[in-house]
Amino acid sequence: MLEPSIVKDNEIEHLIKDIYESYGYDFSLYSRASFTRRINRICMIDRFASYAELRYQVLNDLDYFKHFIEEITVNVTEMFRDPLFFKSLREKILPQLGTFPLIRIWVAGCSTGEEAYSIAILLKEAGLYHKCLIYGTDINPSVLETARAGVFPMHQMKTYSENYMLSGGKKDFSDYYTANYDSARFDKSLQEKLILSTHNLVSDSSFNSFQLVICRNVLIYFDKELQERVFDLFDASLENLGYLALGSKETLRFSNLNKFYHQIDDQKIWKKVDLN
Amino acid sequence: METKDPITELIVIGGSAGSLQVILEMIRNLNGDLSFPIVLVLHRKAQAESILPKLLQQFSAIDVIEVEDKTEIQNNKIYIVPSDYHLLFEDKNKVSLDGSEKMNYSRPSIDVTFRSAAEIFRQSVIGILLSGANSDGVEGLKYIKKNQGKVWIQDPETADVDYMPRQAIQNVEYDLIVKPNNLANYINQLK
Repeated sequence: MLEPSIVKDNEIEHLIKDIYESYGYDFSLYSRASFTRRINRICMIDRFASYAELRYQVLNDLDYFKHFIEEITVNVTEMFRDPLFFKSLREKILPQLGTFPLIRIWVAGCSTGEEAYSIAILLKEAGLYHKCLIYGTDINPSVLETARAGVFPMHQMKTYSENYMLSGGKKDFSDYYTANYDSARFDKSLQEKLILSTHNLVSDSSFNSFQLVICRNVLIYFDKELQERVFDLFDASLENLGYLALGSKETLRFSNLNKFYHQIDDQKIWKKVDLN
Repeated sequence: METKDPITELIVIGGSAGSLQVILEMIRNLNGDLSFPIVLVLHRKAQAESILPKLLQQFSAIDVIEVEDKTEIQNNKIYIVPSDYHLLFEDKNKVSLDGSEKMNYSRPSIDVTFRSAAEIFRQSVIGILLSGANSDGVEGLKYIKKNQGKVWIQDPETADVDYMPRQAIQNVEYDLIVKPNNLANYINQLK
């Protein structure tokens, strides 16, 4: 069933302003169509009959606000989603990264961590895991707890295993986890190089330099102005000859930065080109 | 069409099992000078590389484009919603993709796009629901109707899988029942 239309456009504006003033989270440049759906979805799930009730709860109850942040962001993710993307990483990008003494990778907007674990598996199989660091960041602290636990629903494993094989994986995917009733606990060694931390792409700045930044299906929730700002943030965080990877329907093509980047084949991977 | 009909600014077509043949027949017979875009929301398996846009392009006189995030939609072009994303309208020219939870076990969901189109385009959208095996799209058609848009439904007698159009006919106030062999004709006559 579709979510009801409880909160009107002008009320969304007010809510965004109030949240910014009370908590410092700025949603004003989020893609409005999706954001409005999320707000109305929250009203449905949490049974708010009016905007006033939602607003009161959000502004006066910190615990509720944490829950609100969890629900307002979309946390749908998969292991090895778009297997051909991971195949490109495996075959084209990792051999290049292997020439660096230390490989630093940033998975921006990592949600519950499925992509960070997928990357860890790729690096292991490429024999590069010993010299890498994977930073996984998200605006939402609670999804990072899930990522830290490394336990994912068992019913997903069939899809993940198929994705893994299509990405060029040669092992038995079940070697990477221990099944326990309805959950799959991933090998602790996949967390050794994983650093998880909150980071808000809207307001936080660059915190390190990387050879690979992966940010897939996050920018679709931002409007073009914010997308451009985040591209600048990624650019500032990427070493020369580093790579930026986006979701399968996202593009750097319309960005001012496009001329400094070179797209790899037909994948959504761009290489930062040294113009000096 | 009567002259008092509002100008059509968008056609959005939803379909599931059995709809591809209808789409192909329509595309083959469309004029090359439509004064509105057509957006297709079709249920299909999530896959890395979709052949659907290329397939449809072979039969089409006008451009067939798979939507990317923030695509600017233009008149006289056909847009396909990519698998594994919902499509929302930001305004009359710009769309966003959304990877949120499936709706009616579907992503893309026809309901999600119909409703978004209804709220942005109001009386100037036509929603068309074709053959299919579930009821995704029926609730969305209600939003189109509620906002004074037009609702067309494929004649269930002509549908490979008639559940979806039958559900629509039973639950939504519609403007037209269309058969596959005259769908393009009706669209070509629109202003």
